[in-house]
Amino acid sequence: MGKPFIHRSPIPGLGISAGITITLLSLVVLLPIGALLVTGALAGPERLWTEVNTTRIWASLWLSFRLSFLAAVFNLVFGVALAWVLGRYRFPGRRLIDAAVDLPFALPTAVAGIALTALYAPNGAFGALAKDLGFKIAYTPSGILIALVFVGLPFVVRTVQPVIDEIEREVEEASATLGASRFHTIRHVVLPMLAPAALTGFALSLARAVGEYGSVIFIAGNLPMKTEIAPLLIVIKLEEFNYEGATAIGIAMLVISFALLLLINAIQVWSRRRIGYV
Amino acid sequence: MSDAPATWRPATEETPLVRRLLIAAVLVVLALLLFAPLVAVFYEALRKGWWQAIATLAKPEALSAIRLTVTVAAIAVPLNAVFGVAAAWFITKYDFRGKAVLLTLIDLPFSVSPVVVGLCVVLTFGANTWVGGLMVNAGYPIVFALPGIVLASMIVTFPFVARELIPVMVEQGRAEEEAALTLGASGWRTFRTVTLPNIRWALLYGVLLCNARAMGEFGAVAVVSGKIRGQTATMPITIEMLYNEYLSVAAFTLAAVLALLGFLTLGLKTFLEIRHADALAASRRH
Repeated sequence: MGKPFIHRSPIPGLGISAGITITLLSLVVLLPIGALLVTGALAGPERLWTEVNTTRIWASLWLSFRLSFLAAVFNLVFGVALAWVLGRYRFPGRRLIDAAVDLPFALPTAVAGIALTALYAPNGAFGALAKDLGFKIAYTPSGILIALVFVGLPFVVRTVQPVIDEIEREVEEASATLGASRFHTIRHVVLPMLAPAALTGFALSLARAVGEYGSVIFIAGNLPMKTEIAPLLIVIKLEEFNYEGATAIGIAMLVISFALLLLINAIQVWSRRRIGYV
Repeated sequence: MSDAPATWRPATEETPLVRRLLIAAVLVVLALLLFAPLVAVFYEALRKGWWQAIATLAKPEALSAIRLTVTVAAIAVPLNAVFGVAAAWFITKYDFRGKAVLLTLIDLPFSVSPVVVGLCVVLTFGANTWVGGLMVNAGYPIVFALPGIVLASMIVTFPFVARELIPVMVEQGRAEEEAALTLGASGWRTFRTVTLPNIRWALLYGVLLCNARAMGEFGAVAVVSGKIRGQTATMPITIEMLYNEYLSVAAFTLAAVLALLGFLTLGLKTFLEIRHADALAASRRH
């Protein structure tokens, strides 16, 4: 006999808790996502492929992925630096900054979108400055990049912070007594300990950026082939009642999301094996 | 030793110069990226004075948007809270196979684009689907109406409460509940008097985040709302419509209201993190 499917337990409430969990999960998550996959399956892979295989859609997927990757790289570096500053240094306003890091989570994306546009558009405070220097931020890929950096900002900070708090100072002391410079210690002792958490945050930030819509569409300008992100194309297809076209892009994005999810899990398994915690 | 330098520095610290540069760099980026947009929201909202801003909020369009947003959150958040408690109970109080799969499925909405979430709702309940068609004929459309908006908001906020409760309940274990049951308490009473007091701050924390996201959700709602003025336009959707019509003060005033909600959320969240740290999931303590 193998393991039982569910172990007997003296704690009551199995029926009701399992019932609510499975019913709501099915209705709210599995049914809608299933509908996407079924619509895709009914259309058939060939139909989906012809829908996706247009230069405009490839351009948008490439734009979304490329800028999301750049934003996630920026957030990786900046997030580790910010987490380090918040964890190790004491300066006035530290608590406030720490709380403000979650602002992109708390601020609705549409609000962030119009606020960033107001600032970085050619008639905005920073946009006018950029204009004088001869370049444009809003309505170009750089504008999209700023919005994506904004929404992904908290992820790396929040995954790395608990790890910084847990680092034993003795390890750094040992490194220093063995003659390592501070830079050498950070590079070879501290950063490797932060790497798995930082990479998890990187992947989370990347996943968020690839699917981001609200904060981007205002600042993007939405020019086909130039500043049109993939989620926007889904909206456009739906407005044309082209459900198969929307499904095709939706499935393409779902595949990207799952790949990123697998990546996150792989990083966590790898780090657990290597260091014993995430 | 007498010739030790006056400013003695431990070997596990960076030089003051490096430290200052790092702090300055971090603050500059945050100012440009986080604080400036916030200032911009309020600056643009109050550009034509307080009265203008307040007057735009009193317009029927704004009022109906606020009402709709509150209604959506009032349905979606309690349902997700019930789900979160039930799922956390189910997952932490019993041992069964497939727990990891269940956890992954609960987390799934976080890794799906909000627009894809909206698309999924349209493909499930849109007018051209079987169920959606029936409901439209019966006079209760789902998509481009309140139920679709609620469902879309529920999907994007689905994991919040469960995710917050599960680690806390894992940490607390089952012993207290088992003791209560041994002493003859009913299952419901055990939950109410033993479990609930243990998880209330974590529950509140999850509900806060869930509510902030539900009220501010844009992408998923944009797809299913149909953007019917005065009927299916939530606050974020109305912000978009006003902005696209160059009604900047009105758009930014509504945005400022949502920003204030965001501040409130952050404030309460930080308060919980400081005041009730030991009652929250370990990763929230700092």
